[in-house]
Amino acid sequence: MRYAETGFNLEVDLTKGNIERVATDPRLTALHLGGLGTNARLFWDRVPPEVEPFSPDNLLVFGAGLLAGTPAPGSNRTIVSSISPQTRLFAYSMMGGFWGPELKYAGYDKVVVRGRSPKLVYLWIHDDQVEIRDAEHYRGLGTLETAELIRQELGDRHVQVASIGLAGESRVFFASIEQGKSSASRQGMGAVMGSKNLKAIAVRGSKDINIAKPTEYIELCNQALAYIKARDGHPIPGVMPILAGLGSPQEMKVHDEKWHTENFVWGNARTRRKGFWTDEVHKEWTNTLETMRTRLLSCHNCPMKCGASIAVDTRICSYMMKCFSKLTYTMGAMSNLDFGLRIAQKATEHGLDAFSAPQTMAFAIELYEAKILTDEDMPDFPATGDERFYYLLDKIVHREGIGDILADGTYWAGQRIGKGAEAYAHNCIKKHEQLPLKLGMLNPIYFLMYSTGEKINITQIEGNFPQEPFATREEREAFVADWPHIPDERFKQWYVEWEQRGEHSIPNYPPVDATCEIVHWQEKMHYVDDCTGICAGLGSFPLKPPFHMHNLPRLISAGAGLDLDEAGLDQITKRNRTLVRALNNRLGLRRKDDKPPEDHWRKRFPELEKKLLDGYYKFKGWNEDGVPTAETLRELGLGFVAEEFAARGILTADGSPSAKEAAIEGAAQ
Amino acid sequence: MNAVKTKKIKTIKIDVDKCNGCRACEVICSAMHAEPRYSSNNPARSRVRVIRDPLADIYIPVYAGEYTAAECTGRDRYVIDGKVYDECAFCRASCPSRGFFKEPDSGLPLKCDMCESDPTLKEPMCVQWCLTDALTYEEREEPVDDAIEPEDVDVGLEALANKYGWQQVVDSMSRLAKKD
Repeated sequence: MRYAETGFNLEVDLTKGNIERVATDPRLTALHLGGLGTNARLFWDRVPPEVEPFSPDNLLVFGAGLLAGTPAPGSNRTIVSSISPQTRLFAYSMMGGFWGPELKYAGYDKVVVRGRSPKLVYLWIHDDQVEIRDAEHYRGLGTLETAELIRQELGDRHVQVASIGLAGESRVFFASIEQGKSSASRQGMGAVMGSKNLKAIAVRGSKDINIAKPTEYIELCNQALAYIKARDGHPIPGVMPILAGLGSPQEMKVHDEKWHTENFVWGNARTRRKGFWTDEVHKEWTNTLETMRTRLLSCHNCPMKCGASIAVDTRICSYMMKCFSKLTYTMGAMSNLDFGLRIAQKATEHGLDAFSAPQTMAFAIELYEAKILTDEDMPDFPATGDERFYYLLDKIVHREGIGDILADGTYWAGQRIGKGAEAYAHNCIKKHEQLPLKLGMLNPIYFLMYSTGEKINITQIEGNFPQEPFATREEREAFVADWPHIPDERFKQWYVEWEQRGEHSIPNYPPVDATCEIVHWQEKMHYVDDCTGICAGLGSFPLKPPFHMHNLPRLISAGAGLDLDEAGLDQITKRNRTLVRALNNRLGLRRKDDKPPEDHWRKRFPELEKKLLDGYYKFKGWNEDGVPTAETLRELGLGFVAEEFAARGILTADGSPSAKEAAIEGAAQ
Repeated sequence: MNAVKTKKIKTIKIDVDKCNGCRACEVICSAMHAEPRYSSNNPARSRVRVIRDPLADIYIPVYAGEYTAAECTGRDRYVIDGKVYDECAFCRASCPSRGFFKEPDSGLPLKCDMCESDPTLKEPMCVQWCLTDALTYEEREEPVDDAIEPEDVDVGLEALANKYGWQQVVDSMSRLAKKD
């Protein structure tokens, strides 16, 4: 018997219309756990780097986490993987909600989609009965609209639906896959789904998920719940409210947006508005949220309430939202919260990433104001920010006129428009739009996470180590006094000695070796979550979470019937992190790509940055070009990667960059 | 003599305004009733289901009650505070009109047992796992009317007499009375 996982994947070939239920190899679970880990392995084995993102040969994999659907609180994540049309790298975009657990109840760990259907279809998974059904009658419809109509068509209110909107059908590079209150938004997974002519996947399941050691597992779950409850009454003092508690930032709950509106940047990630948050704005925005937010919501089996029902021109519910998407449209358009919540409803129906979409629209407005884009490019372009956003939203999702160019995101649009437009795409990492944040002094921890994070999204890399030191040593000592989450005692010392000013402050503190370890720890936690399907909001993201490296090995072992200790889990996360890196190396990723947006910090330190990257690569067992060495790969049981690297000339036998690589590098310079 | 007899009523109070729709109650209920306990979970086996309709903002945890062989002849709709609820949204029956509250393998009806177990739990597991307090537990005493209505006895005796005749009933009664 398989525990926590079902032991079966659903393989769907849309070109042939073929569906197979395939037993998976339990040894792969022991090597990679599930979710991201086994997704990455599938891509390594089956998607060579020559495959184009929109080719039928690209896979689109929906992988439920290893523990998804078990009683562990917050274990509900689905990791959606493909080759991204925007970054052209291996992408793993994730969603919470209810879809992943339902898939497990239906008896599958993953849905592996390949090929391209000749016409628009949706997949209906109901336990052992799986059908490819016509979806032409849903063409152009919204994500939530489609989900609702599919439920009606199937005559079952409780089907979980993951769907794309017009943006996905139009292959907008930042199209999302929406699932009610959650979405896989980043890196254009919706566009890949659209390229396969797959409108939606509807799931309903009624099978058991088994637990290997039931009593121990429930005991650990009960402990986590008790901790969550206790932590609810004890927010971390001295930290801004959205980071003081658990869960993802509690944007749906809080009214005080002084910190975001005055520290993050508006428009095309440019304008800082000091003094914006007046009493008047506070009052207006509070009223907006109180009027439009009708209920706080959770994902499957999670007590946190990170999401909310939002009602636009109705008293009930128009769509659901969470986290920072609350402000991205508002700030991109230089508008107010009412506008932000209204346009987000349309954008959610179209199925768009709420980071990239508003930034691309603000980018277009900037280009228009700089006269790089003209009235010829944008006929009848309105005068106000709000109307301009609606105008651009419509053009982008239809890929009409200028929208066809903007639909590729700021980086590619800048390249296609030319005339200096490239420089306006200034807030990308690896061609992907980032949080609108511009700071003064380089922070070494964040420098490494921004530069090397394979998820290309800071909020999903950062986490358990505080973002900055408290002002006084007493406060820092109080913080570390109760901090069992850390790998070892050195982390306490690094934090206590971290100062806001002086010798022990950024950019030179923490020192390079400590910075590498701090980054490694935070990254490791995310890799565990992305494999188990436990939400980062209860693990890798907040300060002092219920799940950490000292209790997760027991939880995973008791749930999945593995025999893991901390060292074992550590080895698996290293293996998975290295495999994801190797996938991207095979797709061309090298040191030159590992960098933050040029203007992210005003003060940059090229020498220090070089030391940091060198130190990090060395710590990870990679060569100086950011490629894992053959030795590292073999140590992690990834000898097959080393062999392919050698065959492809990515590594020479001694692990150094090959002559071929050096020649390419030389030519580029 | 005058003390009113009471019985204990176990009550789960359901505050639908507080429900965040997470279905933890379904997960833990099905795990609690698995054999061996907690060895599996499956909301389809749960004795509590959250009637969810997110776009209508409807979230109602409803508990499995009695089995009924036939569905209602008519099914009404309630409009409460602008929201339209199907009558089934409040109904506990394991009934042919819906898939809830039936074992998925056998189709046998399920019924909430308030997690009665040995040793006794302080609260049913669904309540313990509902950190949002949409589900809370209380026990209250309700007076019991245990006066015996003479007519009830008459009806029973008459039925016996109709079957066996009065003589037989009287003989049996006197024989049984001697045993006491």
